Amino acid sequence: MSRIDNAFLSLKRTGEKGLVVYLTAGDPNPAASVAYLRAAADGGADLLEVGIPFSDPTADGPTIQAASRRAIGGGMSVARALGLVSLLRRTHETPVVLFGYYNPFLSFGVPKLCREAREAGADGFLVVDLPPEESREMRPAVLGAGMDWIPLATPTSGPGRIRRAAAAGSGFLYLVSVTGITGVRNALPPGLAAWARSVKARTRLPVAVGFGISTPGMARETTRFADAAVVGSACVRVVERCGASRKGPGELRRFVHSLKHAMR
Amino acid sequence: MSALIDLEAGYRKVRADARFREELEALLRDYAGRPTPLYFARRLTEKAGGARIYLKREDLAHTGSHKINNTLGQGLLAGRMGKRRVIAETGAGQHGVATATVCAKMDLSCDVYMGSEDVRRQELNVFRMQLLGARVVPVESGSRTLKDAMNEALRDWVTNVRTTYYLIGSTAGPHPYPAMVRDFQSVIGKECIRQFRRSAGGLPAAVVACVGGGSNAMGIFTPFIGRRGVALYGVEAAGHGLSTGRHGATLCRGRIGVLHGSKSFVLQDRDGQIREAHSISAGLDYPGVGPEHAWLKASGRASYVSVTDEQALEAFDVLTRCEGIMPALESSHAVAYGCRLARRLGRSASLVINVSGRGDKDITILARTKGATRVADR
Repeated sequence: MSRIDNAFLSLKRTGEKGLVVYLTAGDPNPAASVAYLRAAADGGADLLEVGIPFSDPTADGPTIQAASRRAIGGGMSVARALGLVSLLRRTHETPVVLFGYYNPFLSFGVPKLCREAREAGADGFLVVDLPPEESREMRPAVLGAGMDWIPLATPTSGPGRIRRAAAAGSGFLYLVSVTGITGVRNALPPGLAAWARSVKARTRLPVAVGFGISTPGMARETTRFADAAVVGSACVRVVERCGASRKGPGELRRFVHSLKHAMR
Repeated sequence: MSALIDLEAGYRKVRADARFREELEALLRDYAGRPTPLYFARRLTEKAGGARIYLKREDLAHTGSHKINNTLGQGLLAGRMGKRRVIAETGAGQHGVATATVCAKMDLSCDVYMGSEDVRRQELNVFRMQLLGARVVPVESGSRTLKDAMNEALRDWVTNVRTTYYLIGSTAGPHPYPAMVRDFQSVIGKECIRQFRRSAGGLPAAVVACVGGGSNAMGIFTPFIGRRGVALYGVEAAGHGLSTGRHGATLCRGRIGVLHGSKSFVLQDRDGQIREAHSISAGLDYPGVGPEHAWLKASGRASYVSVTDEQALEAFDVLTRCEGIMPALESSHAVAYGCRLARRLGRSASLVINVSGRGDKDITILARTKGATRVADR
């Protein structure tokens, strides 16, 4: 039973919904980044998605593109991101999913990556540009190291591909709310609830919905039909606004708390 | 991914469709001006002092480069798939112009993503695209060149995938693009074999083409791959020099990676971050390269070499002055290496250089780099 499975199980027991917070590793700098991750966990995040910055993040909107630039500019790399995860593990047990693009992982070396990620205390991987058809490049090694392989479903995936992706994955299923890229949006797309319910009917995995969920109200609405909501760009915006200032982690903690509170 | 699966299915269908092939052939002939000539460059041959040099004149194709071969094919496919909006990325602007042209002709709406650095370098092509009714979207992220234009086009595509056809211009991007672009460009090599046999007899000793993403090179190489006696040379941009790190020589200096959905050679740093490519020619400024070039390199079937900005400029002058043909700066790389190779092969051999495009688009940049010295010459 993985740390991610446990997290969803205990949510289910208490009748709560999950909050997944995404932050880019190393944003705005390595030390402050750990403080922000801890603040997100303290604010009530049930799961953390730690983004490995990539020079060409084609699935990301301007907010996470800018965060990736800041992180890479500060020297962030796969190896250093694993260092941040192990620092986080000294104080927090919150499950961590490493979220990223394939090339930095491939360059680091997949077998070595899985070994070291496990040692650092990471719990799973979500690789946005490795669709199920190409996941043999990495999925077996991740599962073999005892971590989860988080499958992704998009509005154009189609029922057959979603079922296959879910069957090959573990932990939870990440459901992308819109056809599009990450970024803050004003409202949930129409038809999301019905679609999420139809996906839930096709998998045993808990379903987390992400992309564009930006406010406590939207998080609440999302968790009416999903097991968890993922909030990324809206949290990254707090980091962007506060930078390395001392009040930054406190602000993020309060924002995360407001998200979690709205879901209760 | 579903969009790629649909695209592959759509492409398979038209490939097997005789009506589609006839329609495309007619357009290539009557609209794009094919076949483009294979021209024996007598004075260039004398100047190089070795093998007989033939030029495959893609510069004479409609819109000024080989790019039209692929945009006509994919434009027809977009229509068959019921997509009314087309997006494209462009570096030098030649693919953008060829896409805008086809969209004008086929009454499709057209948005072209172009790095703002390239918008500046290739302003003539920006204006051409606008005249053709396309919207040019300058991209400000990263190195502001082809790679970043492609990132932005991919973001647009995933957002508007239901209505939009993404028309990729190089043998880059996810499957089926590299294969599809290769197929549509193979007309270059097929014509070349026929024309060479007719005018010189037999086969050339070598074929030379420049490689950025690799479309014109794949186009001329592909029909020659099975003809083992013909040496294939891909010429990459050495920019300021391979040792300076400021170049676009992906096959010569890159390592295996994944960029824009294909696994091939990639210019990247130790951490797997994509490096910025550099070349005086916007069309060679790409840190990735078509996966089949990686295969041709690994199998030893093709050789990949490089030519610096300075050598390319010199070759531009040579071809312009002794043949009255102004090659694009991209193609000038192939000309530079072709002349060197001609000397090595000796007078009894023949070789073909693919002149992938014409140099009109580069006049501004040539004026900027050469202007001062020319005025002083007078």
